[in-house]
Amino acid sequence: MTPLLSVQGVTKHYGSYIGCADVSFDLYPGEVMGIVGESGSGKSTLLNCMAGHLAPDVGEVVFDTRMDGPRDTVTMSEPERRMLSRTDWAFVHQHARDGLRMGVSAGGNVGERLMAVGERHYGDIRDQAIDWLERVEIDATRVDDRPTTFSGGMQQRLQIARNLVTGPRLVFMDEPTGGLDVSVQARLLDLLRGLVRDMGLSAIIVTHDLAVVRLLADRLMVMKSGRVIEAGLTDQVLDDPQHAYSQLLVSSVLQV
Amino acid sequence: MTDQSYNFAYLDEQTKRMIRRAILKGLAIPGYQVPFASREMPMPYGWGTGGVQVSAAVLTPEDCFKVIDQGADDTTNAVSIRTFFERTARVETTTATAEASVIQTRHRIPEEPLSKGQIVVYQVPIPEPLRFLEPRESETRKMHSLEEYGLMHVKLYEDISRHGHIATSYAYPVRVEGRYVMDPSPIPKFDNPKLGDMAAIQLFGAGREQRIYALPPYTQVVSLDFEDHPFEASKAAHCCGLCGAQDSYLDEVIIDDAGGRMFVCSDTDYCEARRAAGHKGKDAA
Repeated sequence: MTPLLSVQGVTKHYGSYIGCADVSFDLYPGEVMGIVGESGSGKSTLLNCMAGHLAPDVGEVVFDTRMDGPRDTVTMSEPERRMLSRTDWAFVHQHARDGLRMGVSAGGNVGERLMAVGERHYGDIRDQAIDWLERVEIDATRVDDRPTTFSGGMQQRLQIARNLVTGPRLVFMDEPTGGLDVSVQARLLDLLRGLVRDMGLSAIIVTHDLAVVRLLADRLMVMKSGRVIEAGLTDQVLDDPQHAYSQLLVSSVLQV
Repeated sequence: MTDQSYNFAYLDEQTKRMIRRAILKGLAIPGYQVPFASREMPMPYGWGTGGVQVSAAVLTPEDCFKVIDQGADDTTNAVSIRTFFERTARVETTTATAEASVIQTRHRIPEEPLSKGQIVVYQVPIPEPLRFLEPRESETRKMHSLEEYGLMHVKLYEDISRHGHIATSYAYPVRVEGRYVMDPSPIPKFDNPKLGDMAAIQLFGAGREQRIYALPPYTQVVSLDFEDHPFEASKAAHCCGLCGAQDSYLDEVIIDDAGGRMFVCSDTDYCEARRAAGHKGKDAA
């Protein structure tokens, strides 16, 4: 089986500082990979390198494209990479405001990717937008409201709808539940888990919240100072951490 | 005094060359916004500094010059620009569309079809059609270069979801030769169909924003729309009160304090020519 995404030796320096160093892993279709670590451990740098927002200094990010099979997205041309990022890829930002157009209605936000890939029938676009709003549990009557009138949780769900409307195969998520209160977090996680299962999505989730990866991720990588220090099945890493830092991380979670 | 200290039509020779190069590049890549080093003009930004520079760069002593502002030859902007070139270039001026070889215009295309050999110069306030959706210039340039125009349709989508139809009625975005999306300057969308396949050369100058773009003759220009909400060139559903024309773009004019109003052609030259030919509208004295 060909991996959907194969990361080989990705390294990114910020001047003399290490962003992330020599990260390699394979992600297979339908798999959800969690990346955890403390702030500044290079999780987001790695995610941005994989999603094409940053160019890694060294390394390959090979994506199994629909048309041409495995291609290195670091060396492919920018139009191709941008095309990928609005069709087969999705990127969910930590702050919904970074991923949404706040001056455009919810329907327009969801429809943007459809229009970007050439959809030109207003009725169809609107129907799909409404369908997606309902799938992320936003009332269809809110379709013409701007995201500024939405609560934080709704904005985050709208961002997810906007990203998934073109049926991507790989979703990058950067702290998708950050900044939300716990009950809203639980609902969002539930929704994400449902969508990932139903659509057979592959996802890479960066978070510092171990509960999120416990619920969503099949596999887990623990990062510290830009390097992967432990990787394995989620339950294995969380229940039997081997590296001293992983043990510290797991034991730091407050039990209620 | 050297022989170069005087130059025809206001601009110095180096400026004129620079603008002509920008115009030629614009004509070679229809719809592409060419940056140019816009000069200070003896008028405020927003009054047609871009148009004046383009006109000055293309005028020759044999040209006959016409200026229209919202279709009219007799408004302040039109009169002052016409006088400016009468004094600085000593070119012949006219108000008759057919006689003019260079027509500088703000917000309208003349009703009378333009012919081969004529040049239309548009005054453009904001040349970037994507500006109100994407404020970053670096990003809009990238979107143009990669033909990522989905965002333009988001604007039209918002129009329909808010108003039930595409409510953009001027500066209606067009696609040029299937490539660049272009802002046709704030002409009413009634004039959009005239942009395409026109026999005259169309030049667009934005002075404050320092951009020139162009449409060579007989260029394909398509107004953007949705399959189920096609583009419609709209105008007021009346005929001209003075000349009775049914096919021209109309201005609504309030004529008393009791809500009385009349509709008249916005193109004054067209209206006058029709009246001279004996056409009469219902409000004509």
